[in-house]
Amino acid sequence: MPASASPSTQKRKKSAKTNGQLDAKKKVVQLKEHIVEIISDSGEGAQRCGQSLGAIAARMGYGIWTIEIIPAEIKPPARSVAGASGNRIRIGSKYVTNGGDETDLVIAFNEQVLLGRVRAKELKQGATILLEDMWRDHKDPAVSKSYIETYDRLVESGYKVYEIPMERECHKLLSDPRRGKNMFALGILCSIYSLDLEIAKSQIALTFGKKAASVIETNVKLLEAGFSWAEENLEFKYEIPVKRPTEPYIVVNGNTAIALGVLASGMDICAMYPITPATSASHYLSDAFAKVGGIVHQAEDEIAACAFAIGASYAGKCSVTITSGPGYSLKQEGIGLAVMTEIPLVVVNVQRGGPSTGQPTKVEQGDLMCTIFGSHGDAPKVVIAPATIEDCFYTMITARKIAEMFRMVVVILSDANLATSQQPFPRPQFLETWLAPPPDQSAIPEGSKPYDWDPVTGLSRRHIPGQPGGMHTLTGIAHDSNSHVAYDPDINEQGLKARSMKLAAVQKTLKPPPVFGATQGDLLIVGWGSTKGAIEEAVESLREEGHKVSSLNLTFIQPMPSGIKEILSGFKQVMTIENTYSDKLEYDLIDEENRRYAPLALLMRSRFLVDIDCYTESQGQPIKPSTIRRVALEKLQEK
Amino acid sequence: MSAAPTECLLRLYDEHHELEDYQKGVTRWCPGCGDNAILTAVQRLCRTENLDPVKTVFVSGIGCSSRLPHYMNTYGFHGIHGRALPIAEGVKMSRPELTVFVNMGDGDCCSIGAAHWVHAIRYNMDLTVMLHDNQIYGLTKKQASPTSPIGLKSNTTPKGAYLEALNPLTVSLGVTNVSFVAQVVDWIPEVLYDVLHAAFLHKGLSFVRILQRCPEWLPNMLDPWVQDPTRVKLLYHEDGIKVSPSVAKVYTTTEEHDPSNMNRAREIASEVDPVPVGILYRNDDVPCYEDLRRDPTLRTPQFVKGGLEAEFDKFTIWPEGEEH
Repeated sequence: MPASASPSTQKRKKSAKTNGQLDAKKKVVQLKEHIVEIISDSGEGAQRCGQSLGAIAARMGYGIWTIEIIPAEIKPPARSVAGASGNRIRIGSKYVTNGGDETDLVIAFNEQVLLGRVRAKELKQGATILLEDMWRDHKDPAVSKSYIETYDRLVESGYKVYEIPMERECHKLLSDPRRGKNMFALGILCSIYSLDLEIAKSQIALTFGKKAASVIETNVKLLEAGFSWAEENLEFKYEIPVKRPTEPYIVVNGNTAIALGVLASGMDICAMYPITPATSASHYLSDAFAKVGGIVHQAEDEIAACAFAIGASYAGKCSVTITSGPGYSLKQEGIGLAVMTEIPLVVVNVQRGGPSTGQPTKVEQGDLMCTIFGSHGDAPKVVIAPATIEDCFYTMITARKIAEMFRMVVVILSDANLATSQQPFPRPQFLETWLAPPPDQSAIPEGSKPYDWDPVTGLSRRHIPGQPGGMHTLTGIAHDSNSHVAYDPDINEQGLKARSMKLAAVQKTLKPPPVFGATQGDLLIVGWGSTKGAIEEAVESLREEGHKVSSLNLTFIQPMPSGIKEILSGFKQVMTIENTYSDKLEYDLIDEENRRYAPLALLMRSRFLVDIDCYTESQGQPIKPSTIRRVALEKLQEK
Repeated sequence: MSAAPTECLLRLYDEHHELEDYQKGVTRWCPGCGDNAILTAVQRLCRTENLDPVKTVFVSGIGCSSRLPHYMNTYGFHGIHGRALPIAEGVKMSRPELTVFVNMGDGDCCSIGAAHWVHAIRYNMDLTVMLHDNQIYGLTKKQASPTSPIGLKSNTTPKGAYLEALNPLTVSLGVTNVSFVAQVVDWIPEVLYDVLHAAFLHKGLSFVRILQRCPEWLPNMLDPWVQDPTRVKLLYHEDGIKVSPSVAKVYTTTEEHDPSNMNRAREIASEVDPVPVGILYRNDDVPCYEDLRRDPTLRTPQFVKGGLEAEFDKFTIWPEGEEH
């Protein structure tokens, strides 16, 4: 391995051993957990490598949380700082609830994509870098210069950089190493983390199952080559203790979990329009519906997708439409119609950065207000925010049931963090009660009206086309209990009240959310949706240090369950942590009176009349547990 | 036939419907409004076809035209502006056994819902679609619509409409998968009925543009055509509609037009004076989207469970020794 051996600069502190033999037996360092990244140009397979690593670790029983690293473009120019494509995997002995802090170890296929990650501050200070060395002697002097300069700078900044000859090693097995380097990298990682090579091989067989046996064979050879190379040439090796799993788990990302939830809920029509980062749920559904029964209708636009789902729901079967923020904005008129006509409808909003086109592939929780209050007039609807990948699955079943039982619109607020992250959860046990019954075609009892609003709950029985005696015309215009257009002032108010009371009726069925930590203390951190794991991790570590901090995650945000005010009263200070924007008091123009709070903080302040502070971050990525720790410690000092 | 004749008779008797069975309430359209003529023709059509009111759905958008479902004693869905078509598509996809009609105005169909109109034609679902085209916004009080003739003075075009009117017929005929396009006028009830009947019988999306008078905002605009029968050109054909002797006596301008002739249909579509009335185009061989997408499988809980478990299997990590 001449190139990696040739010390072109004195600054190279570490390099892969070059004599093919390690001096002594490697010391295996025991770790509780590690965060590892594999990044390449788009199309070089780092994503597949990362996914496989996650799957291998999960099959061995590790807790994992994987995050896709996706460039905004399909084919960004090769070797570009903004072009990093790959995967980030947090592997832990215990159940992993979130993506964690910065990366401990990274394999990069070129120095430019690595630079992108460094600039995004994604690497831990002093992190280990395994860098493809083929660029050092590249025939284009600009490329080799850029490589050497970057290498030197990284070493100077304290990173432990190992140059690895992936290209050259793979060339021994392949004519085009670009199409196999990723499995070589996987082999290296299996060696570094002492992973079970047999499980890795069977994972490759699974991954490439649809391809020819020779493809699997080549990839297994590459895996083994990477493994041996690392065993012989790297001076370090880790082991994260693990207990082998005793029950079956499924490993999917949030979008697939939502799609599986749609299948399990008995909904069989999904109307959608392509939008990042929601579409992969519909990709999966398009395929899976063929086996479970049902269709994905790709409509001409978001408005039509919503209207199509409403029409399908009206005809008897609750339907779902899946979108992201910009699409959600367009669906608002349809959602208002469904609220007014009391047609069951499930809407999934996989949030991304906003407003407008915003940051299509990035993480943000900015749509809470437009979801709860969106659509003109008073349009009450149920808003549920799943907090884990497992939640994404079960929430869909709950959503369909609430939508039908209460004749309401139920919005699921997921986000880009859940959408593309993978986390194992126990394999669900099928229950027949998940499924929707077929449309009711029994005769409507005489005298029954299409909106026989119960004076207390606002609930009424739905009349579905095909039911004898139920003929009526639904309308988005203000209507009386017979669904007749009515502009009478009292009738208008009666309808508004009935639709609002249904929300109250839903609320009466909810249990108070559990507090994480003690029910009394100095600080309560409240979050919603995907921030749960990171918040609880931070709270757990603060509690271990003796701080009286607890947290609360809200899944039902509209309506909010009872008992929250009492929970708040147990704490000296309360703050929300949300992945969105809010004004900070240190801004020159901002004071207590004009500060724009984060959505959940604003909602809770108005509802509970408690002085609730907020911390927000809108950097396009999940808030890290270390940030939450810092914010909480600062808050604790304020008192 | 195993059923006894008496049983058949009994069934027929049970399912027979009178005109009144389809009527509901008193219309609140202006006196002389063309919508009344359309409603009458539709109710007659329902009776002729003995449609089961329980399994019939009228979907509409917003505007004068879209009040029609309220006057039908069937199921109805008075939707939102421009979105009648996608709502109707959802209904049809979910319950293909239902008979679905769509009523829209020119603002609904050709302006705010224009994208849905184009795509609905391409989906070619089995819907009978009526465009109530009075060439003006009625309910919002006289604004120019896309089909308003150039120069038309309205509240938003006090100096006259600036643009040439959009032609719903040429647009429809230009869309891939178009399978039925017709034009009628509200003042010849017999032809209105015959064309709507043919539209109903067509399997696929039948698009019928109905030139309709608005007595409130454009009281005299169509008078030249109403008062001079020679300025109406009836399209007839063995495979289209046949003109009755009484109609033929009044309307002498005619053309024998084969509805399968797309080139001629497109030429006719561009004609304004005399105004062509009849079936311009029909093609029974275009597949319907709901048939392409329909899943014939009976979704029993066992079937769903089987499919779902197989999907779970794809993502499952089994504990050692339990691998399936």
